[in-house]
Amino acid sequence: MTQDTSVDEIQSQALGALGAIDDIRKLDEWRVAYLGRSGRLTSVLRGLGALPPEARREVGQRANMVKSVLEKALEEKEEVLRQAELQRSIEGGKLDITLPGRRPNRGRLHPTTQVVREICDAFVAMGFQIVEGPEVEWDYYNFEALNIPKDHPARDMWDTIWIDPPSESEKPMLLRTHTSPMQIRVMEKTQPPVRVVVPGKVYRYEATDATHESQFYQVEGLAVDTNITFAELKGTLYEFARRIFGTERKVRFRCDYFPFVEPGVEMAIDCFACGGRGCRICSNSGWIEIMGAGMVHPEVLRHVNYDPEIYTGFAFGLGPERIAMLKYGIDDIRLFYSNDLRFLYQF
Amino acid sequence: MKISLNWLKEYVDITLPVDELAHRLSMSGTEVGGVTHIGGMWDRDKVLVGQIVRLDQHPNADRLRLATIDIGGEQNTVVCGAWNIAEGDKVPYARVGARLIDGHSGEPAVLKSAKIRGVTSEGMICSEKELGIGEDHTGIMVLPEDAPVGASLLDYMGDVILDLDLTPNRPDCLAVLGIAREVAAITGRQVREPSLAYSESGESVSDLASVEILDPDLCPRYCASVVTGVKIGLSPRWMQQRLMALGMRPINNVVDITNYVMLEYGQPLHAFDYDRLVDHHIIVRRARPGEKMTTLDGLERDLTEENLLICDGGGSVALAGVMGGLDSEVTESTVNVLIESANFNNISIRRTSARLHLRSEASLRFDKGLSPELPMYALKRATQLMVELCGGSVAQGVIDIYTGKTEPASIHFSAAQVNRILGADMGLGEIEGVLKALGFECTEVRKGTGVEDPRSVGAELSVTPPYWRTDVRIVEDIAEEVARIVGYDNLPMSPLSGSVPRYEPDLERELREKVRNLLVDAGLQEVLTYSWTSLVNLGKLSRPEGLSGQPLKVFNPMSLEQEYLRTTLRAGLLSTLALNERHYGASSVNIFEVGSVFMPTEGDLPREQMMAAGIMTGDVLTKSWDRSATAVDFYDVKGVIDALMDGLGMVPDYSPVEDGDLLAGRTAAISITGSRIGVFGEVHPQVLERFDASSRPVYLFEIDLAAVFAQQRTPNRYQSIPRFPDVVEDLAVVVDTSTQAQMVMEIIMRSPIVSSATLFDIYEGPQVPPGKKSLAYSITYRAPDRTLTGEEVASIRSRIISQLERELGGTLRS
Ligand SMILES: [Zn+2]
Repeated sequence: MTQDTSVDEIQSQALGALGAIDDIRKLDEWRVAYLGRSGRLTSVLRGLGALPPEARREVGQRANMVKSVLEKALEEKEEVLRQAELQRSIEGGKLDITLPGRRPNRGRLHPTTQVVREICDAFVAMGFQIVEGPEVEWDYYNFEALNIPKDHPARDMWDTIWIDPPSESEKPMLLRTHTSPMQIRVMEKTQPPVRVVVPGKVYRYEATDATHESQFYQVEGLAVDTNITFAELKGTLYEFARRIFGTERKVRFRCDYFPFVEPGVEMAIDCFACGGRGCRICSNSGWIEIMGAGMVHPEVLRHVNYDPEIYTGFAFGLGPERIAMLKYGIDDIRLFYSNDLRFLYQF
Repeated sequence: MKISLNWLKEYVDITLPVDELAHRLSMSGTEVGGVTHIGGMWDRDKVLVGQIVRLDQHPNADRLRLATIDIGGEQNTVVCGAWNIAEGDKVPYARVGARLIDGHSGEPAVLKSAKIRGVTSEGMICSEKELGIGEDHTGIMVLPEDAPVGASLLDYMGDVILDLDLTPNRPDCLAVLGIAREVAAITGRQVREPSLAYSESGESVSDLASVEILDPDLCPRYCASVVTGVKIGLSPRWMQQRLMALGMRPINNVVDITNYVMLEYGQPLHAFDYDRLVDHHIIVRRARPGEKMTTLDGLERDLTEENLLICDGGGSVALAGVMGGLDSEVTESTVNVLIESANFNNISIRRTSARLHLRSEASLRFDKGLSPELPMYALKRATQLMVELCGGSVAQGVIDIYTGKTEPASIHFSAAQVNRILGADMGLGEIEGVLKALGFECTEVRKGTGVEDPRSVGAELSVTPPYWRTDVRIVEDIAEEVARIVGYDNLPMSPLSGSVPRYEPDLERELREKVRNLLVDAGLQEVLTYSWTSLVNLGKLSRPEGLSGQPLKVFNPMSLEQEYLRTTLRAGLLSTLALNERHYGASSVNIFEVGSVFMPTEGDLPREQMMAAGIMTGDVLTKSWDRSATAVDFYDVKGVIDALMDGLGMVPDYSPVEDGDLLAGRTAAISITGSRIGVFGEVHPQVLERFDASSRPVYLFEIDLAAVFAQQRTPNRYQSIPRFPDVVEDLAVVVDTSTQAQMVMEIIMRSPIVSSATLFDIYEGPQVPPGKKSLAYSITYRAPDRTLTGEEVASIRSRIISQLERELGGTLRS
């Protein structure tokens, strides 16, 4: 009987000890103490041989029962403790998610570059190709071949920066005042159909202020084919305005003058800031002028040996900085070339 | 050009509201840049012309007076603090309830009845500011003596001024009459031309004066009349008012008339004092080399043969078409006047006014090319006004030397030709209607025959532009005339048709844009700097390679900073760095620019070399809550170059090189397959000092994109994913400290079984002998077709070790 009692005692002591354990690492200690090779229950089983056969069976059965009870209790306890541990580790691993993240260094394209690309992409989607030309040009390409001969009154429209030696020389060299010279260079080299856009830097002899720079970009465009009409000029530029300024845009075309086109056009879009009611951006007119255009002047076509009886075309030109100023609400064009990083980081 | 609406209405009826008129003008090509209302807010019955009949001291205030204002049968007393008025003056008077501008706040306000120091002011007399027509608030606006007492000020002087931005092709619009013709055409009205009638008397003009044109190429026509017995005085108020409204200063009646007719017709005129013209003989000739003349502004001008002169028997009296001379000017004592109305060659006028920096109202009209038909109209108008307003009598006839007369060229076209340009479907009748409204003479002719027959199918129009339209010559001009009057927005709009041209790529441009993207991806900010620079700025740097002689010089630079075209991107970047550090408070500057530099080429356009360059300084990792800042160093810049080249599909080689702006020993040349494409390194502190940049290490890279473009780009090819496992082993080798890591790497990579190797540690210190360093590599062995055995790896490894020993004196670190 004493053996029996001691087995029950072991069980209750073991279960008591197990219940007190709160650390999963201590479970093994407990297992060794009760269920290990020299544990208390094992000692009982090992001591069975000294008992009379009857008692041996009874105690044996009892001890085995206790063993399985303890093993099951251990398993359950282990599970409970593991769950508790996991919970603790989850709770201990809570982060302050409001701490700042580690940003990779990010560079940005200059806003002019971004807008130049946007403009070009819009025309590329309409079958235009991007071409570029020299920034230092001959008077011939910048003026003469564009129907602006020497002493033409329209030369006043472009204040020119000349390269030494000056304009009296036989072949005057200048900083191009527009990217329009590429109209001539492209048509000299290729036959119609022509559809090109020409992004690039242009230069003017001009004192700088909030709306004037002496260096800026221009995107020139040219389409020449057998049946290009004024109607298509309008349609193409309208489509451009929809792509850049939104599909709900309205456009307006008015008569303007550039010597290398006839008829000459200026295109405006309805003000995207006020919807046409009038605001500061549109000078209360409800309209924003965004580009000059027109049907290619027959004199220009003759300069490149295109027969104006066969071919017609249109040309246009616009200023990316002006577009960027409109899009982003920039009020001073000088910011573009001041390269103040506090400005550039905003785009 | 400013236009007075009141004046405009003299020639054409205008019923449209002003804003609508301005809009229609703008849409048809006469851009209205601004509209100024003179008296737009005045109440017709509350703001009147008053006369001060009495001025008394205010009983209770020293600084105030009581003015009794007569407004025609009614007298009111107002309190007034201004001191520029006297009894008898005519002044603007406003009744209580009138809308005015508050003189102090500048805001609109309704005039309230007020008791000032015990006296009730019955309305007020106004300053220009209170009337909303000027900024002057110091005194009362005093009106001309002939102002009608009691009249509404609005009727007396209200007007609308249109500020026009005109294009150089339309000199006819530099005239009120020209704008009237535009208004008539777009509103379907008729123009009332001024009367040109006057009576002549006395001697024949040819007995009084003669004209001789020696250089008819520069003076196609010269007209003149002589008016005798004029009384010089002020021109009438209405004329002065109109001149001032259009921005001209009244001088005297004779000069004012010439200016008035110029503004009316667009034809500049000149009035000479007849009695001061030596021999009463006018000679039009080129200046002689070295000839001088004193113009009206008192300046002596050096002339050349390009300048055209008006001379009398004694010498030059005017710089033709630009400015008169002092000697023959009309003065107060002038009695007889010779009026000149001529046509001059526009190129000669342009060159003269440009060379002498002398632009006048006359030259800016002449230099656009005026019609030679115009002078006679303007002369007659001026002569008529001279008789009417200066009390003179006109000699019989006019002088008219017209050697440059050409028959007006007509333009033949069909409706189809106009529609081909516009993409419209207009009938000949519609086109004719528009052109007739613009003053064109139109005749329908049968196609090809020239025989008039309006009924014939396929008829053509033969049109002659009116004399004032010197800009219409070809059918494209006709198309524009039709389109602008019909309205561009009323014409059809259609998508671009026709065939898309064959694709011709611009690979250089594509490469350049890719470089931009890759540098942005590497964390650099793009900047765009000016293409020009100064010798001073360039002098802060060593001379760029490939530049012999001077950079390209600008002939007319805006400033010394813009005198030369850049030959390097370095100066702009270093200036940008300094600017951002010193003025914009930047601590880390990682920037790049892609752009052209200009290398002069004898007798040709410069070679525009596309470069990419960048600057890196400050922190590559900024200070944060869990880490301290890491400063940029040489290898960060090299990493950027590596990433850039990798993105371009190129494998760069680096070799030590010297560069005048970079520190020796911290500078590397970048090469692709043996060709140098660029350089990078640490900027020399002296260079930084010259640019006023900080003294921290600054790194610079510079790549010649044309040289990059010349390189074969290895096309990206797929390589099959390895099917057999890698073996990764570490290997540390001890070599001389002077041994370049690249030499060790080359030996390691010799075996095709070595797929990659990473240098993960460099050690110098007590554990290796002095003068030596340990380089530790993690080497990956791989075979494409089998699993490598331990023996295979061991044998390659021992081969690497023995080659390191033999070639570099390296030993395995134990
Ligand atoms: Zn708006």
